[in-house]
Amino acid sequence: MILSRGPKLCNFLEWRGLKVVYKRYASLYFCMCVDADDNELETLEIIHHFVEILDRYFGNVCELDLIFNFHKAYYILDEVLIAGELQETSKKSVARVIAAQDTLIEHAKEQSNSLSNIIAQATK
Amino acid sequence: MALSGMRGLSTFISDVRNCQNKEAERSRVDKELANIRTRFKNDKGLTVYEKKKYVWKMLYIYMLGYDMDFGHMETVSLISAPKYPEKQVGYIVTSCLLNENHDFLKLVINTVRNDIIGNNETFQCLALTMVGNIGGRDFSESLASDVQKILLSNSCRPIVRKKAALCLLRLYRKNPDAVNVDGWSERMVHLLDERDIGVLTAVMSLLVSLVAKSQDAYWSCVPKCVRILERLTRGQDIPQEYTYYGIPSPWLQVKTMRVLQYFPAIEDPNIRKSLFETLQRILLGTDVVKNVNKNNASHAVLFEALALVMHLNAEKEMLSQCVALLGKFIAVREPNIRYLGLENMTRMLLVVDVQDIIKKHQAQIITSLKDPDISIRRRSLDLLYGMCDVTNAKEIVEELLQYLTKADFGIREELALKAAILSESFATDLDWYVDVILQLIEKAGDFVSDDIWYRVVQFVTNDEHLQVYAAAKALDYLDKPAVHETMVKLAGYLLGEYSHLLARRPGCTPKDIFDVIYDKFAVVSIGTKALLLSAFVKILLHSQPQDPDLRERVLEIFKRYECSVDAEVQQRCIEYLTLCAKGPSMVDIMAEMPKFPVRQSALLKKAGDAERDVAEESATKLRVQQQNSTALVVVEPQSNGAGPPILTPSAAPVQKKQASPSDLPPSAHPAALPVGNGHTEVSAVTAEDVSVPSLPEDPVTEPTPPPEPAPAPSGANLLADLLAPLAIEAPPGYAAPDSIVDSSQDPGPSAGTSGLAPMQSSGPADALALALYDGPSTKVQPIGSVEDWFNALVIKDSGILYEDPFVQIGIKSDWRGIQGRLVLFLGNKHNASLTNVRAVVLPPPHLRFKSSPVPDTIPPRAQVQCPFDVFCLRASRETAVLEFSYNNGNIPVSAQLKLPVLINKFLQPVTVSANDFVARWRALAGPPLKLQEVVRNVRPMPLIEMANLFNSLHIGVATGLDPNENNIVSATTFYSESAQATLCLIRVETDPSDRTQLRLTVGSQDLTTTYELMEYIKQQLIDTPPPTMVSPNVPTTIPTNSELTGPAALLNGLI
Repeated sequence: MILSRGPKLCNFLEWRGLKVVYKRYASLYFCMCVDADDNELETLEIIHHFVEILDRYFGNVCELDLIFNFHKAYYILDEVLIAGELQETSKKSVARVIAAQDTLIEHAKEQSNSLSNIIAQATK
Repeated sequence: MALSGMRGLSTFISDVRNCQNKEAERSRVDKELANIRTRFKNDKGLTVYEKKKYVWKMLYIYMLGYDMDFGHMETVSLISAPKYPEKQVGYIVTSCLLNENHDFLKLVINTVRNDIIGNNETFQCLALTMVGNIGGRDFSESLASDVQKILLSNSCRPIVRKKAALCLLRLYRKNPDAVNVDGWSERMVHLLDERDIGVLTAVMSLLVSLVAKSQDAYWSCVPKCVRILERLTRGQDIPQEYTYYGIPSPWLQVKTMRVLQYFPAIEDPNIRKSLFETLQRILLGTDVVKNVNKNNASHAVLFEALALVMHLNAEKEMLSQCVALLGKFIAVREPNIRYLGLENMTRMLLVVDVQDIIKKHQAQIITSLKDPDISIRRRSLDLLYGMCDVTNAKEIVEELLQYLTKADFGIREELALKAAILSESFATDLDWYVDVILQLIEKAGDFVSDDIWYRVVQFVTNDEHLQVYAAAKALDYLDKPAVHETMVKLAGYLLGEYSHLLARRPGCTPKDIFDVIYDKFAVVSIGTKALLLSAFVKILLHSQPQDPDLRERVLEIFKRYECSVDAEVQQRCIEYLTLCAKGPSMVDIMAEMPKFPVRQSALLKKAGDAERDVAEESATKLRVQQQNSTALVVVEPQSNGAGPPILTPSAAPVQKKQASPSDLPPSAHPAALPVGNGHTEVSAVTAEDVSVPSLPEDPVTEPTPPPEPAPAPSGANLLADLLAPLAIEAPPGYAAPDSIVDSSQDPGPSAGTSGLAPMQSSGPADALALALYDGPSTKVQPIGSVEDWFNALVIKDSGILYEDPFVQIGIKSDWRGIQGRLVLFLGNKHNASLTNVRAVVLPPPHLRFKSSPVPDTIPPRAQVQCPFDVFCLRASRETAVLEFSYNNGNIPVSAQLKLPVLINKFLQPVTVSANDFVARWRALAGPPLKLQEVVRNVRPMPLIEMANLFNSLHIGVATGLDPNENNIVSATTFYSESAQATLCLIRVETDPSDRTQLRLTVGSQDLTTTYELMEYIKQQLIDTPPPTMVSPNVPTTIPTNSELTGPAALLNGLI
C-alpha cells in the first residue's frame, strides 16, 4: 500500500479507520499506525527523531547497520517509545542511556572472559 | 560496528540475505529452527551465551515473518537471569514475541515485580519497558501500585520515572482501576511541576489518557497545563537538548494542547486570557521555512493549536483567522499541509458555525478532489460532503458525479453513497434528484447499493408530479445498450408503475415500453426477473383497451416461466396468469402502489455506520458523540427550502393520519408549532392511490373508496401478500404484528365511512389538575400556565411543555401501537450557556422509557433535541414525570413536569359495523369486563362538543350506530404490551334535560383496560378533577397496589 505511493504524495494514509504515517529514507520505510485524530505531523517527526538517534548512534545509519544490529535498533526504540507514546525527546538523553547499556554489556563480557580464562587456566 | 561478538548470529543473517529466492530462505530458516529446537531440548549443555544467541536468532526469524511456535519458555526464562545482558535479551525478545495474553507471562510476574521494586535501576528500566509494551490486566492488578510509587518517588532518577509514567499509562488502558481517580488527580497536579522535560512529556501522555475518560477530576490540572504551554512557546527555561530544530519540544506542546481539548471552555478569565495569547502567538508566529523537519514540527503545533481554538469556541475573529490559515494551507504545494488543511477544515465544520467562510474556498477544495493522492482526495470528499447545503448542492454533486468515473475503486462506493445522500438532502427540485441518481447508476452501477434506488422509488411514489418525469427519464436510460442491472430494476419498477402516464407521448405505447424492458429481460438475474414480471403485468393491465398483441406476448412470458425453478418467479407467473384471465375487474389490484410513510433515509443510517470506527476515544470524537447522543444540536434552524422531508427523527413508521405535523424535519418546524394541517396530507391521498383495497397498513384510517360487491377482503388480502415482495419496502404496517391483530378485528373496508378522527379539537378539555410542582428552590417562574400547556398536549401531539425566561421545552410526539416517540426540544433562549442540564423521566410502572442522555450544557440560543421511546405495558391513568433542572449561571432552576403520555395516546379509533358492534357489545357480559356508571358533575357541553373531545382523545365516535341521537358510541383499540391490541367499546348516554350527568359504559376484553379507560374518560368529562384519583369501588382484581407507586401519584400525595 505504501510502496505503491509516489514520492510527491503526502505521508499519511487512511487505513481501516486508522492512519498510517510513513516516511521513506533511501530504501528504508518507517511506518507508524495511529488513531484517526492523532496529530499526524507530530507522529511524522517522531519517526524522524528516531532516525536521527539511530543516525547518531551508528554514525550515518544504513540498512545493513539495522539488519545486523536489529537488536540495537530494538534497544533504542525502547528508549524512544513505550506503550506507543513518546518517552524521550532529547537525543542526548537517549544516547547516554544506550551508551550506558553498552558499557554494562561490555563489562559483563569482560567479566565472563576473565572468568573463562581463570577456568581455562585452572583446568590446564 | 561491532556485531556484539555474536558471530553465529551475523553468519546466519548473512546466509539468509544471500539466499537467492524465497524457497532457499525458507530452507535455511527451517534448518536453523531445527538446530535451535535440538539445542533447546537438551537445555543442560546450553551456556547463557548460546541461549542468548538462539533467542536473538528466533527474533530475527520472527521478524522475517515466520511463525514461532516454540522456544517461548527459553526466552521468558532469560528474564530471570541474574546478569544484565541476559536479562535485557529476555525482556526485549519477550516483548516482541509474546502478546499480552500469553500464559507464560504469568510465570514471570513475580520476577518482573522484583525487578521493579528492586534497587537496581537498570533492571527497573527493563522491567518497566516490557510491562509498558505488553503488560495486560494481570500485570495491571499486581503492579500498578508499585509503578505509581516509582513515578512519585523523589529518589528515582528521571529515566526510571518517565518509564514508570508510560508503564502506568499502559496499565491504565488495560484496566482503568489501575489509577484511582480520587487520590490521583492531586498527584497529577504535583507531577506537572516536574522540571525534567522527558518526565513531563511522559506524564502529559498519561494525563491525556486520564482526562479522556474523566475530565472532571482533573480540572485542577488546567492552569498548570496553560502555564506549561506558555513556558514552552516563549521558550523559557527549556534546555537546549529539548529543542527540536529550534522549537521547544513540539511534542510536549502538542500533548499539552491535547489535554486542554478535553475540558469545556475555561471560565477563569486570567487563565483564558493567557491561553488565548499563547494560541495567538502560535497562530501568528508559524512561518513556512525551508527545512522540512522544522516545518513539520512547527505545523504539528499549529494544527493542534487550531484544534484547540475550535474547541474553545473562541471569538469570531480568531476563528476566521483560523479559517483563513486553513484556506491558505489547502492551496499550498506541500501535500502534508494540504491534507491537514482539508482535514481540519472538515473538523471545523463540525464544531463551529463558519460554513460561509469555508464556502469561499469551495473551488480550491474541488480542485483537491482531483489530486493525484488518494489520501487528499478522500479528505476533500469528506469536506465537500460536510459543507454541502442547499446553496451549493448542485455544484458539488455535479463535481462528485464527474469524479465518479475517474475515481479509484476504493472510494467509489463511498462517493456514490455520498452523492445520493446530498442530492436527496438538499434537492431544491426532485427532478434533479432523480437525474442525479440515474446518472449515478449509469456511471457506477456496481457501487450503487439497493438502498439508493429504493429511496428513489419512495420519493417518486410519494410525489405525483415526479412520476411522469421519472418514468420518462427511466425509459431514456433503459433504452440504451448495456444497461446496469440496478438501472433495469429501478427503470423496470418505475415503468411498471407509471408508464401509463406517458401513454400520450410518441413512442411510449405500452408495447414500446414493454419492448424496451423485455430487451433486458434475458440478461438479468432471477430477482430482477421477478420484478420485471410485475412490471409487465402492470403495463398490460394499465393499458386500456389492451393491445391483443401485447397481451399475447406478456402471457407467453408468464407461461414460459410458469415452471421456473425459482419459487418467487413461478408464483408470480401463475398468479399473474390467473389475474389476467379474470379480466378488467382486476385492474384495481394492479393499481399504483400507495404512498410510503415518511421515514428516515436508510442511506443516512448507512453513512453513519460507515463512519463509525474502532479508534480510541478522542477529543473530537467525544465532542461529536456528545452532540449525536442526543440527536442534533441545532444552533439555528436551517432553511432547507423545498427539500424533501426525510430527516424524520421517528424510528417507528408513522401512520398517515398523523403524518403531517410530526414528520416534517425538525429544522423546518419550530418546536412549538401548533398542529395545523392534520388533514391535508390525508386528503391528498386520492382514491386512486389507495385503490388497492388491502394494501394500506391500517385500512380503517384510510379513506377507502367503497369497493364494488367486494371480491371478499380476504381474497384481496391474499393478493396483497403475494404482491408484497414487489412493494420495495412493503408498507410498514404490513408485517407488523399489531396490524395483523388489527385486521382480524376490523371488519374490513366495507364499512366505507371514513374513520378519520379529526386530530384537532377546539373543545375545551380540562384535563388533569396541576401539572407543575415547583420545588422550593425555584426562583425562576414559568411564563404561562404549565397546566394549560399540559392539557393542550393531552389532545395534541406537539406543543409547549414548559417555558420560562431562559428555556423553552417543546414536545413533539408520534404514537403507533404500543410505542411512541417523544422528542423534547430544549431550547436555550438566553445569551449564555445553561449548564448542569438534567432531564430525567420518572416512569410510572406501566410505562417503559428508553431515553438517550441529555447534554450537560446547552449553548446560547441553541436547541437540543432529546428523543425518548415510550412503551405502554398496560393501561393506567398515571403519567410520567419529567424532572428537569438546569443552572443559569449560579441559579439552579428545577421543575417537575408531567409528560403527556396518557392512556389516550395508545388508543386508535376503529370503525366497526353496527352488527359487529352489537355482537361484541353483547359478548361482554358485565363487570369486570364491562363497567357502567352514572357520572355526575359533568361539565355541561353540547353533544357535538363531546364528540369532538372524544375524537381528539383518539377514542373516536362511530356515528349512526346508536339509534338514540343523544348517545355517543365509539370503538377504539388500546395497545399495550400485556394485552396487545384490545378493542374497547364505549357508550355514553346523555340526558338532554340535564347535561351535568350521563351514563357511561365501557367494555373490553381486558379488565384493567376497561377500568382504567372508564376512569380516564370520567376524568375528562368531569369539570373539576377529583382530589384523589383512586376511586373507592375499585374492582378487587385490579392491581391497586400499583396505583400509588408511580411518581405522578407521589406528587399528587405531596400537594
